[in-house]
Amino acid sequence: MNIVVCIKQVPDTTQVKVDPQTGTLIRAGVPSILNPYDHFALETALALKEKTGAEVTVISMGPPQAKTVLRLALALGTDRGILLSDRAFAGSDTWATSYAIARAIKKIGKADLILCGMMAIDGDTAQTGPGIAQQLHLPQITFCEHVAVSGRKLTAKKLMDGGHEIVEAQLPALCTLVLPADYKPAFPSFPEIAAAQEKDLELWTAADVGADENLLGLKGSPTRVDRVYAPPQRARGTVHQGTAAELVEKLVCILKEENFIKC
Amino acid sequence: MLEISASCIGCSKCVTACPFGAIAVENKLAKVNEKCTLCGACAQVCPVSAIEIKRKEESSDLSAYKGVWIFAELSEDRKNPGGKTVRAVTHELLSCGRRLADELGEELCAVLLGNGVEKLCGEIASFGADKIYLVENEALADYNTDAAATVMVALITKHKPSIVLYPSTYIGRDVAPRVASELYVGLTADCTGLSIKEGNLLQTRPAFGGNIMADILSPNTRPQMATVRPNVMKKNEPAPGAKANIVRETVALKKDFSRVKLVERKFDDIGATENIGEAKIIISGGRGMKNKRGFEMLDELAQTLGGAVGASRAAVDLGLMPKPHQVGQSGTTVSPKLYVACGISGAVQHVVGMSSSDVIIAINKDPSAPIFNVCKFGLVGDATQILPKLTEQLRKRKTV
Repeated sequence: MNIVVCIKQVPDTTQVKVDPQTGTLIRAGVPSILNPYDHFALETALALKEKTGAEVTVISMGPPQAKTVLRLALALGTDRGILLSDRAFAGSDTWATSYAIARAIKKIGKADLILCGMMAIDGDTAQTGPGIAQQLHLPQITFCEHVAVSGRKLTAKKLMDGGHEIVEAQLPALCTLVLPADYKPAFPSFPEIAAAQEKDLELWTAADVGADENLLGLKGSPTRVDRVYAPPQRARGTVHQGTAAELVEKLVCILKEENFIKC
Repeated sequence: MLEISASCIGCSKCVTACPFGAIAVENKLAKVNEKCTLCGACAQVCPVSAIEIKRKEESSDLSAYKGVWIFAELSEDRKNPGGKTVRAVTHELLSCGRRLADELGEELCAVLLGNGVEKLCGEIASFGADKIYLVENEALADYNTDAAATVMVALITKHKPSIVLYPSTYIGRDVAPRVASELYVGLTADCTGLSIKEGNLLQTRPAFGGNIMADILSPNTRPQMATVRPNVMKKNEPAPGAKANIVRETVALKKDFSRVKLVERKFDDIGATENIGEAKIIISGGRGMKNKRGFEMLDELAQTLGGAVGASRAAVDLGLMPKPHQVGQSGTTVSPKLYVACGISGAVQHVVGMSSSDVIIAINKDPSAPIFNVCKFGLVGDATQILPKLTEQLRKRKTV
């Protein structure tokens, strides 16, 4: 079985701050990490490799710096790493990104299972995985908590509003993964990191995957960013201090004033 | 148009998959007829990639696209197993779609997919739909990606709406990107604001984990598509008795059209407390509530005030509350009348999920906690000390 995992390098958005004057992101000092959902997708693939002897290929579309997350994936046990990088990709929205990645997966060849994080924590769209599935004409199972493979049969536990579903499909298929509640990402040991430095990373351009340049980058993206700004701030309200008893009295007054309890 | 190349092997898979009876195999080659809707179901199943759909020239005239559509999401009727109800988010989409349609001077249409769901049309009409495209078929009885995406692509290709809105839910976020990918149109995820700017749909959404807002346009492709975050758009009052023009569309989907089979469906037991997505009052706790006892305090107050219990991601990660109660960017967005944040520091990821609440009260020991920047009333103190006393006082008042 061949598994392809799509990963992205992202800024750790839990550490991003916004300059309240200019409304721009302060990126200085913010670490770049492997998107946590992709990290779980990768670990899911490696667990399947353990069980079934599958070959795992990891692919990332991004600037040359994204090699870091590919090296991390190799250190964790991935067989093959591909960086899809080209100036022509700059400014790609989710449509153009899924088109380019789908072209690359076609070039990889026989992919039985494609795993993606359900979304990246910088864009928060959750659109690229299903976009790739449609481009490749594959069935998709989104928002999976768990994926198992037996022969050609895929079984997944996926989230739905108000609960979850167990679903089945025949391979080939694409799954996107959510994070389980108690998930702690695994990181490689130093010897594993050192060994991964020796492995080759493949570098593919738009031409290598036969992508139509008109469908890439800003030119190929149907969406345009019109404006980016800081979220509107709510006016700071009144803050009260005092003993627990005083604060309880204050709370009762507030609930009365705002009509949540009767006088 | 649909092109079938010479690599066709005449296997007939496309004939079986076509919901419109538009393909036949003659002399071991597939031939397409005038019934083709360009839904793409054939290309999905072709084993030799012999089918190509060319749409580019079809979408070049933007003015040919008219009408605001919403994808009507249904959910299992838990009081009536097997039945369906219209989700609250569908009411929100209709209300928001009505406003956009009025501004554009276009029709508001709902797309209702299911089986035996015609009785839901009245409710959809009462929230402002002028027209309902009703597609009933066994293969649509339960939501599934393949059938829903295929039918949406066919309907959009046939009727050419200018805007299509989906709820930003597990279902909406599953189907919309497939439709957008197939049609090569813009799709904006998880919008919290929609308006019209010079005839285009201006789509506002948070990004970078809620740290920034972005306004997005899809100026050169139609329809303009967006998924819309639940519990953000204001719901209109329904007008009982309002009528919509019901347009039935027939598709011939095989019962096993979906390549993904449902084995089992299980609803979470969210206990005695209300679902946070629809609660008017939410008492929410974070790491500062310390332990299970802390969350019992929240529950006692919630029951006294008639509300639900929410939690920050930190509290959910600590196992103090199950995931369905999580408020924030990676949980549920809520906009209750009253939100009481107890022992929650107020990280931006939490704040984006609750900042549109009418009244926010924050209780936190740390006077510099960012939650005090978003609340209407702040109390600097230990919530685990304050809450039991408050609940006791409120209970006394009730019994007097």
